[in-house]
Amino acid sequence: MNATGDRIANPWGERTPYEPGSAWAARTDVRLREGVGEDEVERWVPSASLLHSNGDAMDIAVHGGRIAGVRGRAVDRVNRGRLGPKDLYGWQAGASPDRLTRPMVREGGRLVECDWEHAMGRVVARTKELLEEQGPSAIGFYTTGQLFLEEYYTLAVIARAGIGTHHLDGNTRLCTSTAAEALKETFGCDGQPGSYDDVDHADVIALFGHNMAETQPVLWMRVLDRLEGAAPPRLVCVDPRPTPVARRAAVHLAPRAGTNVALLNALLHEIIRSDRVDHDFVAAHTVGYEELAARVEECTPRWAADVCDVPAAAIEAAAEHLGTAERLLSTVLQGVYQSHQATAAAVQVNNLHLIRGMLGRPGAGVLQMNGQPSAENTRECGADGDLPGFRNWQNDEHVADLARIWNVTPDTIPHYAPPTHAMQMFRYAEQGTLRMLWITGTNPAVSLPELSRIRSVLTDERLFTVVQDLFPTETAQLADVVLPAAAWGEKTGTLTNADRTVHLCDKAVEPPGEARSDLDILLEFAARMDFRDQDDRPLIRWTDAESAFEAWKRCSAGRPCDYTGITYDRLRAGSGIQWPCTDRAPEGTERLYTDGITWAHPDTCESYGKDLVTGASVEPVEYRSLNPDGKAVIKAAEYLPPHEDTTPDFPLQLTTGRTLYHFHTRTKTGRVPELNAAAPEVWAELSAAEAADHGLAEGDLVEVATPRGAVRARLRVTAIRDGMVFLPFHYGYWDTPEGNHPADDKAGRAANETTITDWDPVSKQPLFKTAAARITLVEHGDGTPAPAPTVTASAPVQEGVSGR
Amino acid sequence: MNGVHLTLRELHKGERALEKALLAAAERHHTEHEIHHVAHDLARWSHEHTTRITEAAQHYALDLSGPSDHPAPGPLATLREKAADTVGRRPEPGLLLLRDLRDLHLAAAENSLHWEMLAQAAQATRDDRLLQLASACHPQTLRQMRWTNTMIKNLSPQLLTTVGVGKE
Repeated sequence: MNATGDRIANPWGERTPYEPGSAWAARTDVRLREGVGEDEVERWVPSASLLHSNGDAMDIAVHGGRIAGVRGRAVDRVNRGRLGPKDLYGWQAGASPDRLTRPMVREGGRLVECDWEHAMGRVVARTKELLEEQGPSAIGFYTTGQLFLEEYYTLAVIARAGIGTHHLDGNTRLCTSTAAEALKETFGCDGQPGSYDDVDHADVIALFGHNMAETQPVLWMRVLDRLEGAAPPRLVCVDPRPTPVARRAAVHLAPRAGTNVALLNALLHEIIRSDRVDHDFVAAHTVGYEELAARVEECTPRWAADVCDVPAAAIEAAAEHLGTAERLLSTVLQGVYQSHQATAAAVQVNNLHLIRGMLGRPGAGVLQMNGQPSAENTRECGADGDLPGFRNWQNDEHVADLARIWNVTPDTIPHYAPPTHAMQMFRYAEQGTLRMLWITGTNPAVSLPELSRIRSVLTDERLFTVVQDLFPTETAQLADVVLPAAAWGEKTGTLTNADRTVHLCDKAVEPPGEARSDLDILLEFAARMDFRDQDDRPLIRWTDAESAFEAWKRCSAGRPCDYTGITYDRLRAGSGIQWPCTDRAPEGTERLYTDGITWAHPDTCESYGKDLVTGASVEPVEYRSLNPDGKAVIKAAEYLPPHEDTTPDFPLQLTTGRTLYHFHTRTKTGRVPELNAAAPEVWAELSAAEAADHGLAEGDLVEVATPRGAVRARLRVTAIRDGMVFLPFHYGYWDTPEGNHPADDKAGRAANETTITDWDPVSKQPLFKTAAARITLVEHGDGTPAPAPTVTASAPVQEGVSGR
Repeated sequence: MNGVHLTLRELHKGERALEKALLAAAERHHTEHEIHHVAHDLARWSHEHTTRITEAAQHYALDLSGPSDHPAPGPLATLREKAADTVGRRPEPGLLLLRDLRDLHLAAAENSLHWEMLAQAAQATRDDRLLQLASACHPQTLRQMRWTNTMIKNLSPQLLTTVGVGKE
């Protein structure tokens, strides 16, 4: 039963046009295994997407004890029944024959299968040995944005109160830490201000480095439906690539990589110059406006035009749309978060909304987006370099509150410095002072920058690595202990999307072999370690997903991410609910800050902020004098040139990114026939002018090189800005003969062979989109186009180039 | 030569020296990526300060040489970066890093005090030019100090408590 059609060739499906203020109609997308009809499905099990951050609700079809497909849930506020290509096809990944089904330990240099007793015994023995020998600083946890809330919370309690280590972070560091940091800088606290419903009302939608069509295809369907309806919104798009968003934009700005702050300062300059400022809002709800006005005074469009290499007139036109909008919705993603001056730029988008008073009402909102499906939970549970419940590590009252909930002494919870971020953990491992790293559900051997360095850390004999995953990933192959985990559909838990909507994912089928849920694995570790509270009772007393959720609710109570009004039963009976959900807001909360700024007060804020250039912490006393009444903080930032600029040897700017059909390192999507066929192999993108200059053509085999390494790929000629080369980052080595690294002396397949180790000093997010590279011909093609998708940002300029 | 001359001279010397020290630390701690990149950004501030001090000094018949043309340590740099890569896999350079951060902090603190003196002299003599100079530059000096302080605070727990453990 596949009425939904070929959603590889037509990813966004049919339109259901609507006009501002009216409801977005439902459209139920379904995809079932060949030969199974909707009426033959034995059970429909509630779930939500785990292959992007949009949080699309769906039901999993079970037939013959197996997952047989998915159906979008029409009543859900997020997707109204729609699903994107990754969800329609991606459910097949779990049934792949090469799932990990037994634990493995390294013996004589090889990974050999063993039982759980042996594998867990080894993990626990090493943990105790290191605690004895060095203490908690020897042990680190690197988690993901793809587990469930219950698992992150358990991990956070284990790391912070059980082991007592500073070293716990998620790969959300790579995708969402700038979103969190930008919200903390502006609003004093994490928490998405806006709501997806704002799409229904906005008259201008500005997308900053956000290829929504590919990263959140269902949200893009919503925008497309507005564009097809009466009184459509005007789109402003900032992106160096010719994305589907750019093609529909009223103004498309394609700046040089690394110049977002210059561009945004010029836009703010124009808004202030033309006095499109909501002075009442600024006076009532903000501090810092004068500093911003002074900072951007000289940042004229003409100045920015030189820095960014975009026409001054286009900047003025964009500012005109932003300045005249009555209901402005802005969204921000990796084009900002993974680029030079990430937080400084993301904060300027917040500033745009503050000075225009575009906050807290229908259509007027900011969406600092997330990259991964449960990145929001990594953040709120404190598994990402923050304390649980958006508590402030610099505020002793907050730490005492957390200690009370966990029934431990405050000094059990390390809070003498900020929790260690992922890039620093790898640095400590490289130095040899972090000696055990437990990696859950992520694949740093493909996803971190400068892979030759990362491989050398992961293979260093001084580092004991535990990898918990579904498949023998590149990282798992390098581990000392491998623990087989249950996948989506094989375990129960909740996840929260980028607009604070909480969904329940129920277990639909049994995991294969001896694979176990991540929660069970962590609970068993805690039990074997015998972590105790201050009354000598077990530190962790929950036993399954629902009791973990109830424990988390107590931790979230009274904080911005308050879950106390949500239960598993409510989520099962209805659908997604937006936090905060409490006695006073039992149906959840559509938008934050509808009545002023609520979590920026010095006593309640999650963070006192940082210097936007240096990343230096603002001290509590300083914050209190700057912002005694807890208003939004307008923080100005000066533009700095990128750290790695082009040179005669490396004349091109290098940027990396994603495609619609793959997620993360293809661990799942590469095992789904339709998705794999849609984008089977790495490619490189160059503009027609740049290709001609280099004597290159569509389909040529090229090498893209930086001082770190090189990638070999077929060339796709697109309408990307001149002077830039793009590589998709999904491809690694698990499906090559080498398994986890490039063939000796050969260029690789993973974009991160080439990327630079540099991160935003404020959010600590690595910069995957600001480096310099050169491109050279390996051999001319035979006329076959590059294996790149054709309906997305990688669309070819040359007519007649076919493929998907 | 009066007190203002003296202070401008001290600041000129101090900002030149800080730029050089930041660039040297950036190179020495090449494998500490955040230190490496941010130190370069902060060296730029000191470079600008030196330029502005030199320009201002001309109005006081004081001829200063301006920022160094080659503040970066030159051809030896690559060699030292390579050396940093080699020892970068041991914990001991962490102690050297803390020492360098401390020295940078003290150098910035010295500059900060001189900016304070200059601003006070400017106010006492109602010298707008000098006051503007100090108001423009001094906040960045304070930010240099906060950065070194933050890095020391964040890195010390690991670097000071783990050297000497876990040797093979």
